[in-house]
Amino acid sequence: MDILTEDSLLIKNYVSGDEKALEFLIAKHNQRLSSFIYSKVNNRDITEDIFQDTFIKVIKTLRRGAYNEEGKFLPWVMRIAHNLIIDHFRKTSRMPMFEGADSFDIFSLIGDDKLNAERQLIKDQIDCDLEVLVAELPVDQREVLIMRIYKDMSFKEISENTGVSINTALGRMRYALINLRKIIEQHNIVLTN
Amino acid sequence: MGKIYATESDKHRSAKASPSTVKFLLDYSKALEITEANGLQFESNLN
Repeated sequence: MDILTEDSLLIKNYVSGDEKALEFLIAKHNQRLSSFIYSKVNNRDITEDIFQDTFIKVIKTLRRGAYNEEGKFLPWVMRIAHNLIIDHFRKTSRMPMFEGADSFDIFSLIGDDKLNAERQLIKDQIDCDLEVLVAELPVDQREVLIMRIYKDMSFKEISENTGVSINTALGRMRYALINLRKIIEQHNIVLTN
Repeated sequence: MGKIYATESDKHRSAKASPSTVKFLLDYSKALEITEANGLQFESNLN
């Protein structure tokens, strides 16, 4: 079939089941429609997307038998494309697209704050070691340290719970930390992640 | 000397949907099935 065949004939053939007619229709208007879209959006990928969406609408309308613009196929397709371009700009103004360049990686800014499997294992090991070390502390110091660090209680709450003054609680916490450091140094324990 | 603006328009003229996009549209068209029941039309994609 000649590529210059009338649009109306191609549409008629396509509607009556000739898939080849669609191929001719797309080939016939590909460049003109793509250039029209590209002149507005200035981006090849977006041009492809809008071109595709335009023809999806065209295919659906033709197949549903809802097309009735005899002889004005291209202006109709252009209008669909134009509306999709407007939709695209509305969408991008609401949610601007960020384009990463080769020299800049978006993942250097946003990242997963969760630990990876290896670091999680190390953290678990450290927590486990620390528990053993805390168990070595004198009872009064251990009590204050657990309340402060693990239960996230304030020194006021700790003093109320243990029946000692805030200053005593603060002092016990200080000694607990000093003693922990001593034990770590004495046994050459490395606690890092 | 007059300026030549040929480069920009060439860029627009060369814009063309890729063969993969065209193929997708042709496949989509083949897979699309419109069924009519009680005056309502239903679209379905048969893969």
